[in-house]
Amino acid sequence: MGIVTFKVENRDKSVKELEIPDDMSLSLMEALKASEYNILATCGGMALCATCHVQVMEGLEKLPIKNEDELDMLDTLPDAMHDSRLACQIRINSLIEGAYFRILGPEHE
Amino acid sequence: MRCHLVDALPQIGGQLSEIYPQKPIYDIPGYPTINAQELVDNLKKQIEPFHPGFTLGERVEKLERQEDKSFIVTTSENTQIQCKAVVIAGGLGCFEPRKPAVERLEEFEGKGVAYMVRNPELFRDKEIVLAGGGDSALDWTIFLSDVAKKVTLVHRGETFRGAPDSAEKVAHLAEAGKINLILKSNITKINGNGHLSEVTIAGADNNEYTIGADYLIPLFGLSPKLGPIADWGLNVEKSAIVVNTFDYSTNVEGIYAIGDINTYPGKLKLILCGFHEAALMCQSAFKFVFPDQRLSFKYTTVNGVNEF
Repeated sequence: MGIVTFKVENRDKSVKELEIPDDMSLSLMEALKASEYNILATCGGMALCATCHVQVMEGLEKLPIKNEDELDMLDTLPDAMHDSRLACQIRINSLIEGAYFRILGPEHE
Repeated sequence: MRCHLVDALPQIGGQLSEIYPQKPIYDIPGYPTINAQELVDNLKKQIEPFHPGFTLGERVEKLERQEDKSFIVTTSENTQIQCKAVVIAGGLGCFEPRKPAVERLEEFEGKGVAYMVRNPELFRDKEIVLAGGGDSALDWTIFLSDVAKKVTLVHRGETFRGAPDSAEKVAHLAEAGKINLILKSNITKINGNGHLSEVTIAGADNNEYTIGADYLIPLFGLSPKLGPIADWGLNVEKSAIVVNTFDYSTNVEGIYAIGDINTYPGKLKLILCGFHEAALMCQSAFKFVFPDQRLSFKYTTVNGVNEF
């Protein structure tokens, strides 16, 4: 087992470093929810709702490329940028070591 | 008890039929694997003996308590159903148009801002701005170019992921000067006096400029929302309805919530759990609907299925 460390910027601009084990086959979305971040992730990880939208501030180049489902869904988002990703499609593994994510999707009312 | 099912979708089965009918599901006991649509078809067959009623393609908008404690459920098409108990099995919620972050957008809804094209004639000889880059943005741009006085399509990207044929048609229309195509841009502000009259657009360089518009049609796909359910006085926590796990009742007497739409300590969003919640809810709902009747719990292995 290894621990993956990366930074997360919340909507209030506060930045925290998260340490997440890499052997639980977690997605970044699941790790964020488990760490009590207020994200909707309504569809549960099927790349259907785009409510786990994050901006990759650092480490974008190391991430695996987006699949068709993620590209389609990001395309519908009015505020998506070139460095936007859906957290549900990013696996927690060594590729995100040192990355920096900014949470963008809508929050629970 | 007689049951009547109302669904905003045109068919029963919720996400299984609508979103991933051909995906295999692996966590239904007794089925090592089953296609989502096959599971829905089987469930439909299983409930046939009970002859439930169906109202499909209509969304429940209103829930009104009557003096005798019954409810009148009213749908988007004004179908009314009177019942003693209501069970919300709303899953992810209902899919509503995703709204871009544009100042004063909601103020102009119905006054120039529309998220879908219901009656294209409304746009005849008007100045229309569409926003988005998917199939519906492309299709409506092509269609409205023959109807409206002026059509402008604003797209955040440089290319379109929609159907290549439609993207090509839009490019041709733009070259021929029949539409105004603005790429790498976003709508930032809208303005008007009682009705929309202007749309402000920012390009990649963040320079803003304003164009005249009678209508703005943002087409950014759909996103699941709780919808009218949020207005029924139910306890809601993180977009889910809080229930008592004794019988999956909500804080409002006679209203139950089961499946993905509810929440309680230890909640798991699994179809399996939805079945369990439904069974306990039915026992409680029966006692609520028929307080004077005794309910004896029976096994179908002993008694078979008693058709209504």
